[in-house]
Formats: sequence, C-alpha cells, structure tokens
Amino acid sequence: MAKKVALLQGNEACALGAVYAGAKFFGGYPITPSTEVAEVLSAELPKVGGKFIQMEDEIGAMAAIIGASLTGAKSITATSGPGVSLKQELIGYACIAETPCVIINVMRGGPSTGMPTGPGQSDVMQARWGTHGDHAAIALVPNSCQEIFEETVRAFNLSEKYRMPVQVLFDEIVGHMRERIVFPEPGELEIIDRQPPSVSPADYKPYDSSKGQVPPLAAFGSGYKFHVTGLNKADDGFPTTKAELVDAEERRQIDKVMDNVDDILKNEEYLTDDAEVIIWAYGSTSRSARYAVNKLREDGIKAGLFRPLTIWPFPEARTAELAKQCKAIIVAEMNLGQMIYEVERVSKGDCAIGGVFRVDGEPINPGQIVDKVKEVL
Amino acid sequence: MAYDYEKSIRPGKLPHIWCPGCGHGIVMKGLIRAMDTCELDRAKTSIVSGIGCASRLPGYLDACTLHTAHGRAAAFATGVKLADPEMTVIVCGGDGDGTAIGGNHFIHACRRNIDMTYVVMNNYIYGMTGGQFSPCTPTGAKASTTPYGNPDPIFDISKLAIGAGATFVARTTAAHPREIDKLIVQGIKHKGMAVIEVLDDCPTTYGRRNKFRSVVDMMKELKKNAVPAKAAAKMTAEQLQGKFLTGVLFQDTEKPEYCEMYQEVINKAQGA
Amino acid sequence: MSGARLEVIERNCKGCSICVEFCPKNVLEMDVFLVTVPRPEDCIKCMQCELLCPDFAIKVHDE
Repeated sequence: MAKKVALLQGNEACALGAVYAGAKFFGGYPITPSTEVAEVLSAELPKVGGKFIQMEDEIGAMAAIIGASLTGAKSITATSGPGVSLKQELIGYACIAETPCVIINVMRGGPSTGMPTGPGQSDVMQARWGTHGDHAAIALVPNSCQEIFEETVRAFNLSEKYRMPVQVLFDEIVGHMRERIVFPEPGELEIIDRQPPSVSPADYKPYDSSKGQVPPLAAFGSGYKFHVTGLNKADDGFPTTKAELVDAEERRQIDKVMDNVDDILKNEEYLTDDAEVIIWAYGSTSRSARYAVNKLREDGIKAGLFRPLTIWPFPEARTAELAKQCKAIIVAEMNLGQMIYEVERVSKGDCAIGGVFRVDGEPINPGQIVDKVKEVL
Repeated sequence: MAYDYEKSIRPGKLPHIWCPGCGHGIVMKGLIRAMDTCELDRAKTSIVSGIGCASRLPGYLDACTLHTAHGRAAAFATGVKLADPEMTVIVCGGDGDGTAIGGNHFIHACRRNIDMTYVVMNNYIYGMTGGQFSPCTPTGAKASTTPYGNPDPIFDISKLAIGAGATFVARTTAAHPREIDKLIVQGIKHKGMAVIEVLDDCPTTYGRRNKFRSVVDMMKELKKNAVPAKAAAKMTAEQLQGKFLTGVLFQDTEKPEYCEMYQEVINKAQGA
Repeated sequence: MSGARLEVIERNCKGCSICVEFCPKNVLEMDVFLVTVPRPEDCIKCMQCELLCPDFAIKVHDE
C-alpha cells in the first residue's frame, strides 16, 4: 500500500510527529511563529485520548508539562524565543528533576519581542546555557518539514531515554514552509519509552543510578510513592547538601549525555570527502548552504556541507576532524555569530574560520555564502 | 486517643525544619487527619508545592509529592491532575508563593475549577528569605523590607479565590486545629477547585517585628479575631472591624469541573 | 486519675510552649526549652496540646 502523503507546514509536521511519538499531553501558550503546533495538537491529542491545555502563560505551560510527564504522559510544549526565555527556570527544573519533556522553539528574531514573523537562529546558545546552573542539554535542528516530523519523534525518544528535556529548534522559515511529507507507517520509526522501575514500590528510589546512568522513572499514580524536588537531592529524591552526594548527582546528570554523544549526535555531510572549504550550517540556512556548495563546485571550488541535526551536545569530534582536513570552515547562521564560537573552539586554529551572519529578518541566501567563501579562500 | 500521624510521615523526616511555634506543623497535622478521614490512597494522591517554608510540607508526607519552583505549584498540579484525573491532587504553600509570584497560576486554576484542594498557609510574610513583606502583610506592618511600615494594601486570598472562580472557599486559622481538617475534608470531597486559607503564624520573622511577645500571643490574636461566617451575619460592621470570617465562605456545586469538561472534548474528538 | 498518659517526644519538641499555654488544666510546664508533664492526673483529654503542637512532640494516650 502506498504511504500516506500530505502537503504540510513545518509546524503541522511537528505536531503530527509528536502524536506519532506517543505524545499524550501538550501545555502551551499562543506565540508567533509556533502557534500552529498548538492548534494542530488541540485537535489531534484528544482523538488519541491525550490532553491539550492552553495555560495562562509560558511558565505555567512548562510547569504543566513537567507535572504531566511525572504522571506518565509523554509531554510537549511549543513556543518561540520570548516564551523560551520565560520557561528557562523550569527547563532547569526538568533537568535536575530528570523529567522527560520536549520543548519546541520556532525561532524568530530577537532579543525581546524582536521580529515575531521573521526567522532567526539566535536562540541556539540559549538552548545550551539558557537556564542557570550546570546541566546537560540536547537540542535538535531540523531543516525541512519531513525532518521536523522525524526529529520531533527523535526528540521524544532522546527525552525518554535520557530522562531530560530536549529542545527542537527550527526557524520561522521551516516552521511556516509547506512541503510534501511522507508519513512513516506505525512502527516504522523507533519509539522509545522511559524505563519503568523493576523494583517494588517499597524499594524504589527515583534517582538510583546503580544500574545505569539514567535511573528508571515511575509515574505518579502507578503505585509508586516518591518525592520530586528542584533542590539538589540524593538518589532517594530527598534534598541534600552533602557535598559528595551533590557532586555525584550533578556530574551524573551531565555524564549521562556526554558519555553517550555517539547515540545523540546526528550529522549530515554533503561532498565533504575532498572538500577544501566546509560550510557549517544548520536549519533552513543549511538549505542555502547546500545550494552554495553546488554553485562553488561549478566554479571549481571544492566545497562541502557539514550539517548538524544535533547541535547540543556539540558535534566536537567531527568538526575538529574537518578543521584538520580543510582550509576553511564557513559558519552560516541567522544571528550575529553564536555557533561559530564553538566551531572556533574545537577547530583549535587548524583552519581559517569565517562567518556569514544575518539578523534582518531575511534568510541567508546562497550568494552570500559563495561570496564569503571566495573572500576567505 | 493519641492520633497516629507517624504512619503518614516518611520515616526519619521528623523533626521538621519549621521554627519553634510555626503553625505549618499544625496545618500538616490537620492535612494528615483530613487525608485519613477521606481514606485517600497515598499512591493515588499527589501533594504539590512551590517554594517557601510552607512548600516544604510535601517532603514529609508519604505520597506522590512534588516540590516545584517558586509560585508554580498550581500549574504543575494542573498537569498532574489533567494527565491522570484519577489522582487526588492537594496543593500547599504560602501566601507569597501562591498570590505574588504564583498569583497568575492560582487565579487561573480557580477559573478552570480543576478538581484540586489548595491549602494556603497565610502567615503574611516571606519567612524562608527572612521576613520580607508579602501581598498579605497588613498595611503598616513591619517586615525586613518595610522598615517604615508596609505601604501596600493586601490581597484577601479567600475573596481572590471566590472572584477568580474557585467553587469551594473556606478560611480558618492555625489556632483552630479541628476546623483545619474539617474544611480540608470538605475541600477534598468537593468536585472542583477548593481553596482553604489557613491564617498562620510566623513568630520568627513576623511576630518579633510586630510587637508579639510570643507565638502564644499570635495564636490568641488569631482566636480573638476569627468570626465564624454564620455568626458574622448577625453582627454589625462596627463589631466586625478588624475581624476576619472563618468557615465555609463560598460553595458552588453547579459549575462544571475542568477535567470533566475536557473529557467531553475527548468524546467529541473521538466522535462519541 | 484521669486515665490519660501524656507522651513527650523530646527529639521533636522545640520548646514553643503552645501546649503549655493552651492547656485548660495547667497539666504541662516548660523546663526551659522542653515541655514536661508535672500534673498528668489533671488531664481532661481535651487534646488541645496534641492538636496544637506544631512539632508532633506531644501525644495524649488513654491508659
């Protein structure tokens, strides 16, 4: 039987990807340019017995999805820059309380209200360090409607597997672009659910890492009674200020990501094997970058594209290898330079680094990238 | 005779962190008795709080307990309740947590009439941070941030809850322990948003700055000024000067409960 | 004899004296920071001390 095909907006694809992943709870607040995610889920979630709630504000939306996730529901919220700023404290809460949840950020210009209907990629550093305190971060950056569907599924999988918030960042261009989507059949994409406890309720400790870096998570209401707090806590979930316990828990929560980067990272490369210059780009900008690579090759310049689908954790090893191989890396992003600092950090001076930046609400076009490459080489 | 509170308290958690004379322990006892009276299955009971002295309460109780961020308890609790409407959800916290930083979540939980019981321990001060004034600190009172007396008017939490749409609103004080569990029981049994305001004492950061010689003076003041709502109906405005009403202040059994309303959404979406 | 036995859980008592002050029969006394029960025979089992103790530190048992 032929697969189901549709012409969908990126935001709609995101919502349907969430349903495919098994999402059962959405808490959100209207904000341009992400609102279609909420609109579609308000229609789709109740069809599968899920819950949609429009909360009183962005913070409440983040709180509601954490509460729902602890009660066993795969949970998601969708917002844009100002909303993500408001959610930051509770993103940290989800980190320390190790609560799976997915946060969609359809990026627009900023800071503050910025340009609500224009695209941006200036929230990528916020996705890493937006909330206070040391913590790991996972952030995905799809570049097409099909990929938004699939990466939303992957975001849920990573969130459930590593018991933490996962952010999916795509810009307004992809969020509002309409493209053909081929829906995967049920079962075609892997769906990962959080690991439930194997011990009895009496023996359950919500942060017991004796059997692995990611402790099993029981659901409220499933027979397990336990305590969840945003304070530094011991493996039993209760607050502690004991130095060695605090240190061990903080480190474990970061190690669970950094020890598993191979599982979390996902990159796409195009003509990088013999490339003398690498365009390093993500999200919608990577589509311009791919076009630029083709144009440069026509002009006799050996260009290639490195496109991370996971930007946090940062693809350090591969970026460092490429820096050794090529003469220059050109980072193209719709901000005034954010990921370029990470590229500079890991390339350790092995190649020239250049940036193509834009924050005027217009996308980076291939010509800009081509010009920059010719300038640097 | 002697009440068995210990079976509801997590082993090794007493003594609790609250200061000598703090009324939060009295409220916690009332909550335990109320949960026992309602025969709540603690594995199907979630007790949710924000930040502050009162918000430390859930950690002591053997249940599904969720100590969240400052002001956000009602929003987290909304997620818990809507995700599993079979859960009994109890929220507890202080006046600052619930009506200042958490005021928006508080009024919207009331508006939705979601089935939870919110116990506000109103000691009219931010205790944990050392006694700054809250939206419930009486005008003129001293706090660490009102050295010349508090210029702010107060929120009346119960009136706020009624105005926002809660369907069961009651008030008592830490000096009326038997009324605490009686009202919480009614709140738990009520289908919808129940707000129980318990006027409470903070001898450490409020009492000593405001000419109370001891916690006993504060408790006596609470007893003196409490007027049962029924009795107040027969009193003059003059007689009610400086008093506050206690008991059930408002109940509406007609307004639909939020999770039930959402079930209708599910039924429609599924074409039932 | 009133038939009451008052148990003080010393570990929990913080010496706030609420129980002493609200006992209608003057059964209890403060020994600096700890409640003591010098006159248990006067107890009428009204439970005020147990209900009002914020610290889970006093219990009224039937003997």
